[in-house]
Amino acid sequence: MPSFVINEKCDGCKGGDKTACEYICPNDLMVLDPTAMKAYNQEPDQCWECFSCVKICPTQAVEVRGYADFVPLGSSIMPMLGTEDVMWTCKFRNGLIKRFKFPIRTTPEGTANAYKDLKGQDLSSGQLSTEESEGKALPKPQALA
Amino acid sequence: MAVPNKPKHERVAVRDPEVEEREVDVLIVGGGMAACGAAFEVKKWLPEDASVLLVDKAALERSGAVAQGLSAINTYIGKNSPDDYVRMVRNDLMGIVREDLIFDLGCHVDDSVYLFEEWGLPIWKQSEDGKNMDGKRGEKMGTLKSGAQPVRTGKWQIMINGESYKRVVAEAAKLAIGDENILERVFIVELLLDANVENQIAGAVGFSVRENKVYIIKCKTMMVACGGAVNIYQPRSIGEGKGRAWYPVWNAGSTYYLSMKVGAELSMMENRFTPSRFKDGYGPVGAWFLLFKAKALNGLGEDYVASDAAKAELEKYAPYGTAAITPTCLRNHLMLFEMKEGRGPIMMDTVSAMAQLGKTMDKREMKHLESEAWEDFLDMTCGQANLWCATNTEPEKKNSEVMPTEPYLLGSHSGCCGMWCSGPDYDWVPDAYKWGDTGKVYNRMTTVKGLFTAGDGVGCSGHKFSSGSHGEGRIAAKSMVKYYVDHKDFSPTISQSTQEIVDLVYKPVKIYFEHSGYTTAADINPEYLKPDQMTTRLMKATNEYGGGTATYYQTNNANLEIGMDLLQVIREDCEKLAASSLHELMRCWEIIHRVWTVESHLRHIQYRKETRYPGFYYQSDFPGQDDENWFCFTNSKYDPKAGSWDIFKKDYIKIIPD
Repeated sequence: MPSFVINEKCDGCKGGDKTACEYICPNDLMVLDPTAMKAYNQEPDQCWECFSCVKICPTQAVEVRGYADFVPLGSSIMPMLGTEDVMWTCKFRNGLIKRFKFPIRTTPEGTANAYKDLKGQDLSSGQLSTEESEGKALPKPQALA
Repeated sequence: MAVPNKPKHERVAVRDPEVEEREVDVLIVGGGMAACGAAFEVKKWLPEDASVLLVDKAALERSGAVAQGLSAINTYIGKNSPDDYVRMVRNDLMGIVREDLIFDLGCHVDDSVYLFEEWGLPIWKQSEDGKNMDGKRGEKMGTLKSGAQPVRTGKWQIMINGESYKRVVAEAAKLAIGDENILERVFIVELLLDANVENQIAGAVGFSVRENKVYIIKCKTMMVACGGAVNIYQPRSIGEGKGRAWYPVWNAGSTYYLSMKVGAELSMMENRFTPSRFKDGYGPVGAWFLLFKAKALNGLGEDYVASDAAKAELEKYAPYGTAAITPTCLRNHLMLFEMKEGRGPIMMDTVSAMAQLGKTMDKREMKHLESEAWEDFLDMTCGQANLWCATNTEPEKKNSEVMPTEPYLLGSHSGCCGMWCSGPDYDWVPDAYKWGDTGKVYNRMTTVKGLFTAGDGVGCSGHKFSSGSHGEGRIAAKSMVKYYVDHKDFSPTISQSTQEIVDLVYKPVKIYFEHSGYTTAADINPEYLKPDQMTTRLMKATNEYGGGTATYYQTNNANLEIGMDLLQVIREDCEKLAASSLHELMRCWEIIHRVWTVESHLRHIQYRKETRYPGFYYQSDFPGQDDENWFCFTNSKYDPKAGSWDIFKKDYIKIIPD
């Protein structure tokens, strides 16, 4: 199910510090044509349909058309990624539309606690840093064979 | 019409790339869950004056197997015991596993899950009256760590709202290790051994897929965790759809290649995973079986798994086949039996399952249930949701076909191939399962000094999934720091010159420049192959001779011999791969990694003269299991100096009683 870029909507992220889809694609598929200032999928048959490019695009210029091998034309699924939720619009080939909203994270972006000040003490123990700081006792096998 | 002889893709490769040489104390190669776990943990232990670097082929925010998200965390111990966790993994993997590694992982995995929740991953909770609450509504029940109950879909899995799972985990990893210590879009293609110390890792080489630059990175210790191997067998969809691999299509077996090439011992490389999934879209079936209680029916509409014939078949594989939970390979085995007997297609009876659930639910609850079914796809296999839309499939009205996929190699899911790694330094761990250097034990170190791995890289265990891979990355990180502290004075020295390394890494580019002018179309040339052409050739060979879908996963001695001969020629022709762009250069190295990985797979299948994992593959010359001769690990080792292979048995030692 390769991603595709809508000509009219793509501005090549010229106002941003990076081309969003190119930055995010885990398989190095999305690239910017610097002359046209438009992005495209350079190797559609290696697209995992992960929707990372669709979700990150600031102008909603990237969508996905189902793999020609086995997906009939006429449907679409489209995410809108917010800060707390994702909204999906799923259009069936027969016109039916379903909408779903799911939570994606419970904390503000950028606030994950990396425990930056935590320093482990005993390098020879089996405990991980957070386990050590909480004094978690590591279990042993209840019985041995 | 223009003559089509021109480089493909936007970033054209040049003959002479820049070179950047670096030296760090600790190097992390990979960017998925295991590498993020290592990134979170490493600086907690590393002395202030030591340096660390993480190198990812993609962008950490969405790299690895969890890029798309996940709808469940498949390993959370909770009220279970690590002992029972070992028993479950052992049974699923047909008895031969490293129980020390599994038990150890079971002791730490929940700590990673607690962190995920603290960082903001929404985890479903049970309400006081036992109802399911999604990760947002469930927040009021408190955290798992404070005693809130997750929603289980089986003994070990818990449900999450996991669209942003990787983003959350990567954010913490980045904050912990520091942006300045991360190199994104750099693909490591070879590791280097030390010039002076025997069997000691000394560095890694790779290149940027964004600019013409080769990286040479020296280090004292390193973790390699780049996932499993995908697109090594011809997929069932061969056009655009070959991107729709079940496991991430960018996993090229790099973990195995990089480690084996410097002589790290491999173990259980014969093991593979051919998951049964919704046909073509490869959406997950677990929630349908476990959460919605759906049944799979054969073409005659029969619940074939419940038949007397199926029970009799499973008894052949006792005690595994008769255990409360049927091993994954045997579930495939039963499905394949129906298909081969002409009783396909296998259909997931979603209609009956939804109707049954509807009997005890009101309209609002049913609506919620429908949403859960869709989220299961939208959170981790978006394309399956679109396939349902395109085929007008509403699961309450229309059943969907299920089918086993093409084979994958991995060590973190229901598979156990990987490197032979040291276990933890506990008195209950057998001496044969722990090793290190100068009398010290380094948990998760391979048989190469200073080289560690985690996740898909650690063999003989499996069932780690996302949370366990993260936990294992943390275990390996602490162990690496211990190795570093004990080897502070080691000064990595590489024997190859900078030019030799550049020539090696950029060889496909040089071949392209040397020969592409000879023909009018750059993709057809008698002096080279492009990586996509080689990929197709590899997948055809493995599919036909190595037990792919073409033969219902069957192979035998005579077929394996042909397969190995074909691989030999493929390896020779890989010397003539050509790349016109940085993207193609990445693809060239990926196919080299794949070829070596799948060759080790076939070599192990050739060696193990039994069929240990019916449903995953069949060695037709040796059907059935031969416990007397083969209840052991099979390990192999490439000798980087001699260029030769050795393959041998290693004892299985039972640690946890039945």
